[in-house]
Amino acid sequence: MADPKEHGTSAVQSNSLRHQPDERGHFGGRFGGRFVAETLMPLILELDEAYKAAKADPAFHKELEYYLKDYVGRPSPLWFAQRMTEELGGAKIFLKREELNHTGSHKLNNVMGQILLARRMGRTRIVAETGAGQHGVATATVCALFGLKCVIYMGATDVERQKPNVFRMRLLGAEVVPVTSGAGTLKDAMNEAMRDWVANIADTYMLIGTVAGPHPYPAMVRDFQSVIGTETKAQMKAAEGRLPDIVVAAIGGGSNAMGIFYPFLDDKSVRLIGVEAAGHGLDSGKTAASIERGRPGVLHGNRTYLLQNADGQIEEAHSISAGLDYPGVGPEHSWLHDVGRAEYVGITDNEALDAFQLCTRMEGIIPALESAHAVAYAAKIAPTLSKDTLLVVNLSGRGDKDIFTVAEHLGVKL
Amino acid sequence: MSRIAARFKALAAQGRGALIPYLEAYDPDWETSLELLRKMPAAGADLIEIGMPFSDPSADGPVIQAAARRGLKAGATLAGVLDMVADFRQQDNETPVILMGYLNPVESYGYERFCRDAASAGVDGLILVDLPPEEADVLAPFAKANKLDIIRLVAPTTSDKRLPYVLSHASGFVYYVSITGITGTRSATTHDLEEAIPRLRKVTKLPIAIGFGVRTPQQAANASSIADGAVVASALLSTLAETLDDKGRATAQTLPRVLAQIEDLAKAVRNADGKVV
Repeated sequence: MADPKEHGTSAVQSNSLRHQPDERGHFGGRFGGRFVAETLMPLILELDEAYKAAKADPAFHKELEYYLKDYVGRPSPLWFAQRMTEELGGAKIFLKREELNHTGSHKLNNVMGQILLARRMGRTRIVAETGAGQHGVATATVCALFGLKCVIYMGATDVERQKPNVFRMRLLGAEVVPVTSGAGTLKDAMNEAMRDWVANIADTYMLIGTVAGPHPYPAMVRDFQSVIGTETKAQMKAAEGRLPDIVVAAIGGGSNAMGIFYPFLDDKSVRLIGVEAAGHGLDSGKTAASIERGRPGVLHGNRTYLLQNADGQIEEAHSISAGLDYPGVGPEHSWLHDVGRAEYVGITDNEALDAFQLCTRMEGIIPALESAHAVAYAAKIAPTLSKDTLLVVNLSGRGDKDIFTVAEHLGVKL
Repeated sequence: MSRIAARFKALAAQGRGALIPYLEAYDPDWETSLELLRKMPAAGADLIEIGMPFSDPSADGPVIQAAARRGLKAGATLAGVLDMVADFRQQDNETPVILMGYLNPVESYGYERFCRDAASAGVDGLILVDLPPEEADVLAPFAKANKLDIIRLVAPTTSDKRLPYVLSHASGFVYYVSITGITGTRSATTHDLEEAIPRLRKVTKLPIAIGFGVRTPQQAANASSIADGAVVASALLSTLAETLDDKGRATAQTLPRVLAQIEDLAKAVRNADGKVV
């Protein structure tokens, strides 16, 4: 066991932005890390070793590729959204169709990787947190596939607003545990999943769904999700003969964004834009925009931008989208924000609802409310951009799960 | 010699271990928790742990979560917790006080400023649940400069290989988390503890206290004789919660019942046999 002081803030070996985090799991020497109780620390270190070994093992990659292709349904298409492009009259808009993955979102990319790792580690019981239920459904799905016990923690508020996903998880054989502490959303589900893990370490694997948590989760989840960006790069080159100019993705914890950003980090010509949920507005006090309205702090195992009060108590986030309703963000995003490599903006509940309808009517694609935030920002800037600008939106999930929420906001009774 | 070292040395001379009761600051209000703190030494507390309420206590079970929520509802701040300790120190300059909590409020307060203010308020040690030795460099220099002990948690999952690393960062005493789980849920058996404590003794000369799952006088007596001290938290907070009125306010029963429970625990710890001097 090396003392942190011995390798301290070791310098990054090159100018690449793709060599983070360091051995301690720190991004830019500041964000990320491993802030967990001693009971969990040995497990986190074991996971780190197991992941390093898997990453270096060609058999692991071969197995993952097999499942990504034949079970998840990859590669996902890069769709030229012609009608939306014409309607907005500016940049050429492409949609990276992650909603076409099995289970309807990008979440399965990461879950597939981690479940193979959990199997390598001999774990038989999987716990996970979920907000919108997309990660919970993806996790329940692979547990069904491999015959593993599955317990999903979900905030009671989210259980209420994401009923279809709760039912799907239960159909898949998972136990869904509603969490009533706090506001009953993703943050509380994460606390409860960590409590379960610490109490059941012998057989349990904690399958975190976003690029947050103690090291190695942020880096590992990013690695599994970066298939999105790798494909996008190749598909855009095939379609247009060059890299995109702008990539836009929604950010809750930030896994779909990190997945599409990461392969472009060293391509300085590509603007990377993360869209946070502004909720009722960035300055309304009812927002989930952790980067724009938070400050760095420590929660759920990592240092990152957090919505918190002056005393360091974590505040409740607000977003119409359960998947973005989280007061933190992945630490790599915090670092990319601080070094200025990615831009972070906010989209309100109402703007997301408008974009939800725009995408549905113009492209025949019902986006998840999470993804609708990215569509909304793209729709906002597209008219200001030249017609040869190539803009990719990561359409991270499909919106079937959201039709009840949307109907309610539109005053429609189903 | 620090208050912590002096206290453990004096107890060793008496041939017994320490009773370390826990109270959550501001639970259910600042005045009540200060009053409880003041009366704890006379009821038999040898050292005192004060919980600093946090919004997301991810290592704690339902009882401490609820206590933290009550504390926050009563307006808990770190500055207010330090005021409590400073007030207590006007009457008691010997009973060691350890603050226990999570990192973010401390990071928000500022590590250097917090260590300075905590030391001048009369705090002796800090237990920060989510600050493993790997990340402790943010706090350690300031704690050291202000003579605050950083009390390290050791768990059943801490391997023999890792143990020397963890303990090389420890001072004051070592807190053995006797179960793999959250606070106040299950208890370790005597057999578990008799196996675990010698494993730690091989690596450290610091006193060892056992916590998580120590509830009854018998368990406290057992733990304090196998190790050097027993921390009792959830059992006391449950009692406190039972005495509150339907609006969550303290009643005439609150202090007497919690203090009576501490007296029972203290009696058992003091009468425990088998402590090897």
